[in-house]
Amino acid sequence: MKVTMAHGSGGASTSELIENIFAKHFKNEYLDRMEDSAVVPGSERLAVTTDSFVVTPYFFPGGDIGRLSVCGTVNDLLMSGAKPKYITCGCILEEGMDLDDLDKIIESMAATAKEAGVTVVTGDTKVVEKRGDFGGIMINTSGVGFMPEGIALSPAGCKDGDALIVSGNLGDHHAAILSGRMNIKNNIQSDNAPLTEMVSGLIEQHIDVHAMRDVTRGGLGTVLHEFAGASDCEIHLYQDKLPVSPEVRDFCKMLGLDPVYMGNEGKMICVVNGKNADKALSIIRASKYGEQAAIIGEVKKSDNNGVILHTAIGGERLIGPLYGEGLPRIC
Amino acid sequence: MSKLEEIKEQLKNYDGEDLRFMEVCGTHTAAISENGIPNLLSPKIHLISGPGCPVCVTVTAVIDKLTELSLTENTTVLTFGDLIRVKGSKMSLADARAAGGSVEMLYSPMDAVKMAKNNPDRNYVFAAIGFETTTPVYAMVLENAIEADVHNLKLLTSLKTMPEVIRWVCKNTNNVDGFIAPGHVSVITGSDLFKELSEETGLPFAVAGFEGAGLLTAIYALVKMKGHSGIKNLYKSAVSEKGNEEAAKAIDKFFEPCDASWRGMGMIPGSGMRLKAEYAEYDAGSYGLDEDHMPPGCSCSRVLTGEISPDECPLFGKKCTPEDAHGACMVSTEGSCYNYYVSGRKKR
Repeated sequence: MKVTMAHGSGGASTSELIENIFAKHFKNEYLDRMEDSAVVPGSERLAVTTDSFVVTPYFFPGGDIGRLSVCGTVNDLLMSGAKPKYITCGCILEEGMDLDDLDKIIESMAATAKEAGVTVVTGDTKVVEKRGDFGGIMINTSGVGFMPEGIALSPAGCKDGDALIVSGNLGDHHAAILSGRMNIKNNIQSDNAPLTEMVSGLIEQHIDVHAMRDVTRGGLGTVLHEFAGASDCEIHLYQDKLPVSPEVRDFCKMLGLDPVYMGNEGKMICVVNGKNADKALSIIRASKYGEQAAIIGEVKKSDNNGVILHTAIGGERLIGPLYGEGLPRIC
Repeated sequence: MSKLEEIKEQLKNYDGEDLRFMEVCGTHTAAISENGIPNLLSPKIHLISGPGCPVCVTVTAVIDKLTELSLTENTTVLTFGDLIRVKGSKMSLADARAAGGSVEMLYSPMDAVKMAKNNPDRNYVFAAIGFETTTPVYAMVLENAIEADVHNLKLLTSLKTMPEVIRWVCKNTNNVDGFIAPGHVSVITGSDLFKELSEETGLPFAVAGFEGAGLLTAIYALVKMKGHSGIKNLYKSAVSEKGNEEAAKAIDKFFEPCDASWRGMGMIPGSGMRLKAEYAEYDAGSYGLDEDHMPPGCSCSRVLTGEISPDECPLFGKKCTPEDAHGACMVSTEGSCYNYYVSGRKKR
């Protein structure tokens, strides 16, 4: 069975689609009411975010667009220090998309939401005419999280003596997607994952976290460049401490890509008070998806803000933001 | 102390006359920046980037032809990544695409044959840009196209070869004391290619791979050989004296040497490759694309020959940045200006 324009009519076919796929997988007390908006319990301070997902192919090694659409939004909430509570699901489907594929994607979304501790409280579906380059499905998710008292994280929060911790291997998602597009056979899997457990661990155990960011498009280099600018400090990174899996390292070498600028969907960079560094590292390492976490650098007060990479052979270079599209080299 | 540590110490403390070594290959330019090599060297050792980034040395007439083709009805231009953002005299392929042109970026060259086969009513033009390294890939594409009986795929060639441009640099500039010979090119051609050049110019050549340690060793070899001709192959794992004969055969089957026009340097006799006459039906109009148009103030020609350092160009980092590049050297990830800009390199 395929998605047809009738599935977007708002009539019987739409109801059937929602009932058979979305409601079946997302089932919960708020969504099941099927009202115009979900009415949910709240908190005094809320974190709110939204993100859209257009990845092709929609199934990729290690994940799919459904899982990705939950992880992206949940991780954005977590990076503000919030406890993710609710998300929404807006799907734009392309006429002709396989309904079995849609079922798998929504099933995966529901499983990821459960893992991440969020409830999908409301949703919407539209169908667009077949246009060839659409990729079958695009998903938008908005998320709401509750802010714990006293938490205020900001890219401007980095201070002299802070330690930088990255939660695991860099570049996995980027390399997995690129491998798929380039038809390169390897075992690289996307790292798309919700970071709920590691972030709650840090907050519950009162680690003095100054800034956090999930390392997505633009990679670590772009995030740290922004942190250094916002905090007016110098960030020192050590190349030989950056965790990169051997497969991704070889993949990058082959294509002339730099893991520092590769995107992930389940990794974060966390800037913590240097005194808390070892404890923070052990919390992250003990949590799901944090086994490969490493301390990769430190923050220093300086008149020149910027990111300096100390290379493996002892050289130094500046790390700016990612320029252009992060494409493979020509030769 | 390990051998590498010893080399590092010697290079850091070198106190003889000023030495200027040119890395000819764009991938070396990128590797030197990525490894932060310049600040491991004494201020008396200068690394200058030569004309070895394929996108950087492509003249605007080629880009103009490609943009024109992309805007032609029923025609798609296929290209590798970097070239898309390089400006022609009016627009880049990215601009052409935004204006309704058909431009597709290829990840794998063989996709060109697949696309042409699957869409027999559409014309495809593959932007065949590159050096000795990439030319065998285009030969393979043609081989496959012929085998698959595909006739709606053509090449727009702007293929260059190394020896003549190195000769040109030696003749026209007087400021190079040795060359880090291009590793990838040497894999195909063999290190013998540089033997003749070394004897002719009296300068040392070191063939290097792309790891930091290998590059430092090559620079150290050049310091040791200064003032003498000679060739040192430090990339023996991949480079033999005679090169890859299969690749050479594939090139010979489809291509022949020709004069080529280089961005900023003009026409250099015998420095290019073109399709042989018997394969003319696969050429998309590459002949005579020699004109080059430099935007006002752009110093690409002086940068490409190592006459000035990228940061000495008046546009560098001001009007010309990777986000809004005036010259190709700021677009390509192998370009010298791009590498100076993103890694914060400065003239020493």
